[in-house]
Amino acid sequence: MINTMECAVDAQSLISISLMKIHNSRTQRGGIKLHKNLLVSYVLRNARQVYIKEKYAEIYRMQQYEEVMTVCNEIQELNPLDVEAEDREEEQLERAACCGEAAAIHREDCVKEPEPGFYRSCCMEPAPHYEHFTLTNTNNNNTHCNKTTVLDLDTHVVTTVENGYLHQDCCCDPQTPQRKRKGDFGCGASDPEDVPDFSTARKRARREDCALPSLEYTDTSNISNLISIFGSGFSGLLSRQADLEQICSKPALASLGAWTRAIVAF
Amino acid sequence: MALRDTSSLHQLKSPKRDLDTQPPDSSMEEESDTRKINNSFLRDHNYATEADIISTVEFNSSGELLATGDKGGRVVVFQREQESKSQSQRRGEYNVYSTFQSHEPEFDYLKSLEIEEKINKIKWLPQQNAAYFLLSTNDKTVKLWKISERDKRPEGYNLKDEDGRIRDPSTITSLRVPVLQPMDLMVEATARRVFSNAHTYHINSISVNSDHQTYISTDDLQVNLWNLEITNRSFNIVDIKPANMEELTEVITSAEFHPQQCHTFAYSSSKGSIRLCDMRQAALCDRHCKYFEEPEDPSTRSFFSEIISSISDVKFSHNGRYLMTRDYLTVKVWDLQMENKPLETYQVHDYLRGKLCSLYENDCIFDKFECVWNGSDSVIMTGSYNNFFRMFDRNTKRDVTLEASRENSKPRAILKPRKVCIGGKRRKDEISVDSLDFSKKILHTTWHPHENIIAVAATNNLYIFQDKVN
Repeated sequence: MINTMECAVDAQSLISISLMKIHNSRTQRGGIKLHKNLLVSYVLRNARQVYIKEKYAEIYRMQQYEEVMTVCNEIQELNPLDVEAEDREEEQLERAACCGEAAAIHREDCVKEPEPGFYRSCCMEPAPHYEHFTLTNTNNNNTHCNKTTVLDLDTHVVTTVENGYLHQDCCCDPQTPQRKRKGDFGCGASDPEDVPDFSTARKRARREDCALPSLEYTDTSNISNLISIFGSGFSGLLSRQADLEQICSKPALASLGAWTRAIVAF
Repeated sequence: MALRDTSSLHQLKSPKRDLDTQPPDSSMEEESDTRKINNSFLRDHNYATEADIISTVEFNSSGELLATGDKGGRVVVFQREQESKSQSQRRGEYNVYSTFQSHEPEFDYLKSLEIEEKINKIKWLPQQNAAYFLLSTNDKTVKLWKISERDKRPEGYNLKDEDGRIRDPSTITSLRVPVLQPMDLMVEATARRVFSNAHTYHINSISVNSDHQTYISTDDLQVNLWNLEITNRSFNIVDIKPANMEELTEVITSAEFHPQQCHTFAYSSSKGSIRLCDMRQAALCDRHCKYFEEPEDPSTRSFFSEIISSISDVKFSHNGRYLMTRDYLTVKVWDLQMENKPLETYQVHDYLRGKLCSLYENDCIFDKFECVWNGSDSVIMTGSYNNFFRMFDRNTKRDVTLEASRENSKPRAILKPRKVCIGGKRRKDEISVDSLDFSKKILHTTWHPHENIIAVAATNNLYIFQDKVN
């Protein structure tokens, strides 16, 4: 259990800082320092653990809230809860907890609202208005931005991407209809030039990942989670949680092409 | 402060001050020697070029010589003045004896990597004749240097005159035997051996065996054994490289031979453990004889637990019974007979525990501090920030913080103990944690093998402190 109280920065910032350090070390005089980069990767792993733990807690809280809302709505509609709906919710809760993806919320929305749902990024922040989000309703998304920190190895930029843009491409869930990528996603990547790179990489990752049976449900949020990639770069540092291992499995890693370049430098 | 040439020391000769209350174990009087190597045009600027930053210091086994290596690949050797009978009050001072360029920057074309010329470690060989020998290493190559004096030169050649020009044979009418004439003392350094191409990763330490015939060089993943005479062959005795580099979890951070047992050596890891190995067991010493590790306290776990537990230096005591290790916040003394926990733990600068985040951001958390025993193994010393260094007396359990700084102590003055104030009211003469200068770090220190003389490297300055003369 990592004590985060003494740390002035949060897990997200630590992840950005660590990625920058790893990136900078590649151009340092004297070559890559193996020892220092190993230590930085430990910080990355710790930060990711804390981050994912916080996300679990948050998803769980939102799930609970969602369930309460469901019950309230259904009571209002004078519909008794049926057993199937409960099971579905539990299954979705597990899926969401595993991959940090609010797919369950999405499905709930599908059931309730005719408008298509919205994939959340893995770096979600609490969004009180989540039930209103849509693809085109970008204004709301502006206020409840989701953050992903990525290091683009082509342009050497560490970017905290603040929207759900990445995930539009990352739909690997065979059950949900594929969505067309829309250009107006509101709060975009801080560097617009990076967007095409991300999308290409993401698309490639998505297609390849869809081919892997082990990833059929984890998909979206974790593909865009660069921290997982780095975590599997030193697989000895992996969390013992089986779901994370699936996400960070070697086939997944190998399939991500350019993203592995940072690791094989050693 | 005026800067001097590389060949001379800056000597300050102001009179001794009155004695203040003495620190518990070491009333250190500051010696006069400070070395600043800088180009003359930088005279007016009080900053150091990076090449002048001292990267290692080491006394030889008699304490007569003190070697320093710097980031520019140079080695400067100081020699202690012979104590004259008439001036028995004044201890011998250290003067520059020899300066030479040990390593140059290189380029590995295969890997497109530049190899830094920074001297990582210097180790002296035991003296066997009039010449002195030392090993110096950068990231990839170890070199054996011979430092010898020349105070005679041959004169009276037949075929060439005093300037070295060849004489016209027709002008030679008689033959004479050249004779050796005294000359001004010249100290020359020659590279006698170059041990290269044995390390894929960066060399972090070298250690000469007590058999005086072999030595080990250590990089992140391997320890190699060399014979001092043979440069084209090296034996790999430890290899912790995993089959798949993605499974790497720890690296070797330092290794040292036992001071008496020529078959025993120890190496420390980035995970905070030390392994003792016996070379008689197997050719490849992957299986340790002893494994020293203290279980982590789960209540102190943070993002940086792995970083601060990485051991930066390991040193055997002179008597060979103890091991000392330095990690980021503590120094630990281990009894070789007890593997599950250290015998003693000393907090070097625990007030930094709450600042690990910012120290991570500015990379200070990766600083590798060294630690050193005194000759009798009763006192241990290590460096800290703000040009502070700390001494711990193992018997009295008292400790002192001293500062290596020109501004805060006059030459030849007794060093005043310093105190870092953690929080609350700051007393006079105390320094608060927030005003510590983290760019002024003392990573390298060394202690004379027999006497209470220490050398402390503070960035580009070398301070030599001696016990005050009663």
